[in-house]
Amino acid sequence: MSDVVLRTRRVRKEFGKGAGRVRAVDDIDFEVAAGETVAVMGPSGCGKSTLLHLLGGLQRPTGGEVVLDGRRVDEMSERALARLRRDRIGFVFQAFHLMPELTAVENVEVPALLAGRSPRAARGAALELLDRVGLADRTGHLPSALSGGQRQRVAIARALVTEPLVVLADEPTGNLDSAATSEVLRLFDRLRAAGQTLIIVTHDARIAATANRLLSMRDGALVDQTLLAEVAA
Amino acid sequence: MGRYLLVLRLAWRDLRRRPVEAILAVLVMAAATTTLTIGLALHGVTDHPYEQTRAATAGPDAVAGFLSEDGTPPKTADVDAVTHLPGVSAHGALMPLAHTTLAMGGRTATVQALGRSPAGDPVDQPRLTSGAWVGAGSVVLERGFADALGARVGDQVTLGGRSFHIGGTAVSAALPAYPSSLCHLLCFAGVAPGPNAFDIGLVWLTPADLATVQERTTPAVVYLLDLRLADPSAAPAFAATHGTLPGRDPGASGPFLLSWQQIRDADAGVTRSAQAALQVGAVLLALLAIAGLTVLAGRRTLEQTRRVGLLKAVGGTPGLIALVLLVEHLALAVLAAAAGLGVGRVLAGRFTAPSAGLLGSPGPASLTGTTVAVVVTAALLVALAATLLPALRAARSATITALEAPARTPRRHGRLIALSASLPVPLLLGLRLIGRRPGRAALAVLSTAVTVTGLVTILTSDAVSGRGTGGLHNLRTERLTQVTTMITVMLLVLAAANTVFLTWATVADARHASALARAFGATPSQVTGGLAAAQVVPAAVGALLGLPAGLIVYRLVTQTSLTMPSLAGLAAVLVGAILAVVVCTAIPAGVGARRPVADVLSADAA
Repeated sequence: MSDVVLRTRRVRKEFGKGAGRVRAVDDIDFEVAAGETVAVMGPSGCGKSTLLHLLGGLQRPTGGEVVLDGRRVDEMSERALARLRRDRIGFVFQAFHLMPELTAVENVEVPALLAGRSPRAARGAALELLDRVGLADRTGHLPSALSGGQRQRVAIARALVTEPLVVLADEPTGNLDSAATSEVLRLFDRLRAAGQTLIIVTHDARIAATANRLLSMRDGALVDQTLLAEVAA
Repeated sequence: MGRYLLVLRLAWRDLRRRPVEAILAVLVMAAATTTLTIGLALHGVTDHPYEQTRAATAGPDAVAGFLSEDGTPPKTADVDAVTHLPGVSAHGALMPLAHTTLAMGGRTATVQALGRSPAGDPVDQPRLTSGAWVGAGSVVLERGFADALGARVGDQVTLGGRSFHIGGTAVSAALPAYPSSLCHLLCFAGVAPGPNAFDIGLVWLTPADLATVQERTTPAVVYLLDLRLADPSAAPAFAATHGTLPGRDPGASGPFLLSWQQIRDADAGVTRSAQAALQVGAVLLALLAIAGLTVLAGRRTLEQTRRVGLLKAVGGTPGLIALVLLVEHLALAVLAAAAGLGVGRVLAGRFTAPSAGLLGSPGPASLTGTTVAVVVTAALLVALAATLLPALRAARSATITALEAPARTPRRHGRLIALSASLPVPLLLGLRLIGRRPGRAALAVLSTAVTVTGLVTILTSDAVSGRGTGGLHNLRTERLTQVTTMITVMLLVLAAANTVFLTWATVADARHASALARAFGATPSQVTGGLAAAQVVPAAVGALLGLPAGLIVYRLVTQTSLTMPSLAGLAAVLVGAILAVVVCTAIPAGVGARRPVADVLSADAA
């Protein structure tokens, strides 16, 4: 596979001690190419979200390697991990995790401000992204005034504002109704077409169907990999 | 009845579930109640020693003073007019009193030198505590003054340029003992007694020796006449009726009348400054206690929101919800009042010893019914002020909201959000945290402002009390220093505790926001900086407000013209307060910033 942006080698995550020890992620190996959309599916509690946290440096693996953009994520200091998340990764969460006191545009510009962009540049990028996700008329609304689908689109815009190498999405439609899910689906489809690398943990077969590759997990282990579509050149 | 039992049971169970918070709440309030108790217990503690001294020395009921600008004695007719006033039953001899300087072993002090007959007098018989009474070339020093000077019988002193030896020390109830804050007799006539208007020592010598003391701090001489009244309790009315008042009789030379009650009150000056400091300190500590308790109560109600929802879901009324919270804190307030009264009574003993210029001891500080009532009421008010708002907020919360969304929605402050966008990341995060909870920021401002107000007041008081003592040991200053040191320690401890409470509350409340900031690339040190900035910025505002407030409080309490402490001292208080807040916030903020991001976000999504 050419242009690998993300790779894991025997990555493992255990919780607890002694008899209560649980292996949430069990020796997983896989690679993600640039521009590829990978869907991770499996039953609840199989370790999908934990795997995503390991890839994004939100949790440290118990063993194995995680390599992003040629750098060992598992060996990085907290400061280096923060820089990596800031410059290379965008997160989308099931629960949106928008700051309730910030408007849509203020939420989107947060990562850009943390990355040291000027307020003007951050605001410009945030407005442009909100326009791209179809929320140009909702920029000044607080999250409480937005629908679930609109909130998740704001969260996706926020994940994209620093132009990350890879977007990690954890059950992005898990809290949405059917219509809102369709909105988000269309958005991911556009991102995939634009060459954005995406790793999406999901239960939703419709989301998985938009991916190039499907990873299936059970009891913390990767049990199957299915190629659904080649990555567009 | 069952309803009240339920309230008591819920309150008791909740207190048992959170013993550390309950203990902290009691300690915070007890600091204020202890200080208040000491302040109240000092009232009148020197009355008994003065009365003992007055009885032992046949002290006068009133003292008449005649001012003589050129030193000549008053006319006999003027003196007779006083001795024949209705109510005067006896009187002593006319005594010249001059103001001069006493020097001994490199120390100098302004003194009032009183000419007394070696034979003594029926009214006012100073009680010798060592040595012998006045004689040619031999002076007697008032015992409080001798102690402050470090003088002993047999020492040589220079009085107005002439050498004398100290023949004895004595106590008297006819003039205030050293140190006293009485504006001495000459002040009545608007004449400055010397470089130091307060804390003037008293020296007895023979009138013949007094005549040889040439170097005076003022040429004016006061002639004193001790009076015995038929009704000693009526002395204040007697003095007010027959005495000359500077405001009422400008330019008059007398008689200026001092009642024995005024002299007693002047002797109480030893404790009065300390008492005033304690009462101001108690108010400041009460404000700090309110701030600290408000944070604790707010955090507690935040944690209990789901419980409140549950209670309401099973039929609890808003009144019941508010009552449970109020009962808890009022019970803690009663405990704090009891602790404050007990500790205060013990500590008050350290501040009650009278000047060496009085006989006897004051006995243990007593707690009057009024003191108990005032302290208990103050503790209840502090608890009520701190708990009422969170209690009402909990009571008014909608049941479903309380059950489903335990965290209070943060406030939005658009201008602060816009302003913070152009600042470095720690300040950006810090200002946004302040904007989310402006009430908490206001408490941080209040807490620091109150502390700095107290410190500046103490600094100003030190700057003033350090003056004009001529290097003499001063009991009033020493006692004031003891009290202000105690208050300073309490203020600092309470302020530090408040800062830690506030930081923990902010850390807990900002857990989700901090985790999100880290997920989007903020480093742990930037988040730590943000959490610390949320405390330090309001603290800096509070410190700046506290500087002028301290000077104003000193001015209001002492009713004197403003004396500026050194700029270096003020700067040290300002910088020290801010640094102290930085230190107090460092650990909680650091811990808060290092919570595992994934755990927080997963927990909050659940």
